[in-house]
Amino acid sequence: MRVALFTPLAVSAVLAIATPWAGGRLPPRLAAWLLTLASLVAAVGTAIALGMMAFTLIAQIPAIAAEGEWSPGLVAAHTPVIWPVAVVCALALAGCLGSLVSSAWRQGTMWLAARRESRALPTDSDMTVVDDPVPHAFALPGSPGRIVVSSGMLRALSAEERSALLAHERAHLRHRHHLFLLVLCLAAALNPMLRPVARAGSFAVERWADEEAGTLVGDRPLVARAVARAALAAKQAPRHSLAATGGPVPQRVRALLAPPPPFRRDLVVAHALLMVICCSSLALSANDMDRLFDTASPGHLHAAQWRHDHHER
Amino acid sequence: MTDSGAGTAGRRAPGELENEVLAALWAVGGPATAGVVQKRVAGDPAYTTVLTILSRLYEKGLVTRERAGRGYLYSPVRDEAGHAAAGMRALLDKGGDRAAVLARFVSELATEDEEILEQLLRGHQEG
Repeated sequence: MRVALFTPLAVSAVLAIATPWAGGRLPPRLAAWLLTLASLVAAVGTAIALGMMAFTLIAQIPAIAAEGEWSPGLVAAHTPVIWPVAVVCALALAGCLGSLVSSAWRQGTMWLAARRESRALPTDSDMTVVDDPVPHAFALPGSPGRIVVSSGMLRALSAEERSALLAHERAHLRHRHHLFLLVLCLAAALNPMLRPVARAGSFAVERWADEEAGTLVGDRPLVARAVARAALAAKQAPRHSLAATGGPVPQRVRALLAPPPPFRRDLVVAHALLMVICCSSLALSANDMDRLFDTASPGHLHAAQWRHDHHER
Repeated sequence: MTDSGAGTAGRRAPGELENEVLAALWAVGGPATAGVVQKRVAGDPAYTTVLTILSRLYEKGLVTRERAGRGYLYSPVRDEAGHAAAGMRALLDKGGDRAAVLARFVSELATEDEEILEQLLRGHQEG
């Protein structure tokens, strides 16, 4: 039981170590899906496992035991988790949930503020131009979503490169990439071990938009030039200000100049295996928990026994 | 170039071409004729197409125009006070991890990355 309870943590650790390497070796669209799914399963699984371990101690509080109609003494006698571990789990879970809430709040307020700012600009289509010499561009999610780009960015690029930039941002909006980014960011807030997965996942999302732009304009090296030119222009701007969400630019440029990565069955199978291990260990732990509280509830046991006898007769 | 370019223009949806014409007008910087804008849109769109799109943008209030000889000089509608631009930039400045849902086109470059990028660009153009 103890091994099963700690499995989601172990899975998170394996993901943290493996994804920075594995993420770039898959086609970006597949990588984005797998990494987002993995971080969701690992983060929620870890929280549930911590919760179950913490609950073995919380259940011994007399008021809660009375509510649940089990014996605190029997829970203490049969619990597989020693109390210091349960205390650490309870504190860790509280910290993780706090960080989740504050991260969700930050993302929400940022998004609302960006919507408010963009509403102040003249627009009729799905593109808003900000009259700002500092080059920047991003996809603003919403319904409808919108491309926000500064005049400085438009001026820094050639006509073909502008086309590639717009195709990249449209790909973000079309495939609802903000949902991937949100899940990755919140999973990393809930379980800080998953931060490398969030980084690899956002990088895969950027690469996905790059590759789709490459397909749309029919020229991958052109997208590489647009990304490189935009990054260099932003660097030269007097007040450059760029969030670290776009993923390392040189890696994106290199990937666009190289042949697209092929499908890799081994990595997909490894991913599926990890997810199955994480979920089945949780099911196993939940079953063990159920048995623990059955054992600790003499009333329930007698009632069950009585029903059983009653039926037999 | 022209052939592949025309193909690109053909595949774009009307709204997308409208965005590219507006982006091209912004890239010029000052007032521009339809001919100047046409040269700055990728994929060689027809002059009449650009002209139609510019009048549509004018009707929507996204560009202004002034008579110049037989045609018009077009300019993008600016937020004169620059409030929105300042607000948006202030927002992105404090961004960081807060702005994870806003997918930025490029992230911050380290100085050594700058050289790598210039090499990559040069290397590719030579090769």
